[in-house]
Amino acid sequence: MNIIGQILLILGGLFYALGGLGLVRMPDVYNRAQAGTKATTLGTFSVLIAVMFFMPGWTAKLVLILVFVAITNPVGSSTIIRSAYKSGVKPSIAVIDELKGFYDESHDDVLEVDSEEVYEKEVQ
Amino acid sequence: MTNLIFFSLVGLGIVFSLYRLIKGDTHFDRVVSIDVINVCIIGVLVAYALISKNELYLDVAIVYSILGFLETIVFAKFLEGRS
Repeated sequence: MNIIGQILLILGGLFYALGGLGLVRMPDVYNRAQAGTKATTLGTFSVLIAVMFFMPGWTAKLVLILVFVAITNPVGSSTIIRSAYKSGVKPSIAVIDELKGFYDESHDDVLEVDSEEVYEKEVQ
Repeated sequence: MTNLIFFSLVGLGIVFSLYRLIKGDTHFDRVVSIDVINVCIIGVLVAYALISKNELYLDVAIVYSILGFLETIVFAKFLEGRS
């Protein structure tokens, strides 16, 4: 029991370090958000489950934190990325931009565009 | 020993995020790095609750996660539409 908890704790710290390394190494806002958010979410899961192994009486609050992080972290990342795309930050090394034409410059809503038509236009 | 390795790795991740927070090409990089630092601090709070054997730090971690999510959303909405 104790050994599993210690291994999970070190694994969580390793995932935190990898998330930070992804922020340094990746070339783009989108790639950085992907690397940072996913790695740190997995690291948080690992640390919380490790503390569950050490202290079984704290499981309720730990599960509460785990569910909350699992819900809010991807939502926050998605909101940042949506805001970045609507602000005009383009992907640096992308070949196909499938969202091109979906967001109007002046309007806040999503335009009504046939997605397959846009995709065909991008491919050609 | 386990605690030393864990806190060293988390500190390494926070230092990398601080590099991106200072250098950041756009403002959105800075918001992403603040998000990563918030999640790292949640992990540190939970591990510190384990070390000090005090359950009160878990409540601190819950409130900190709520405030961190709110901060991310507010910054994203504030920066939306600006280049």
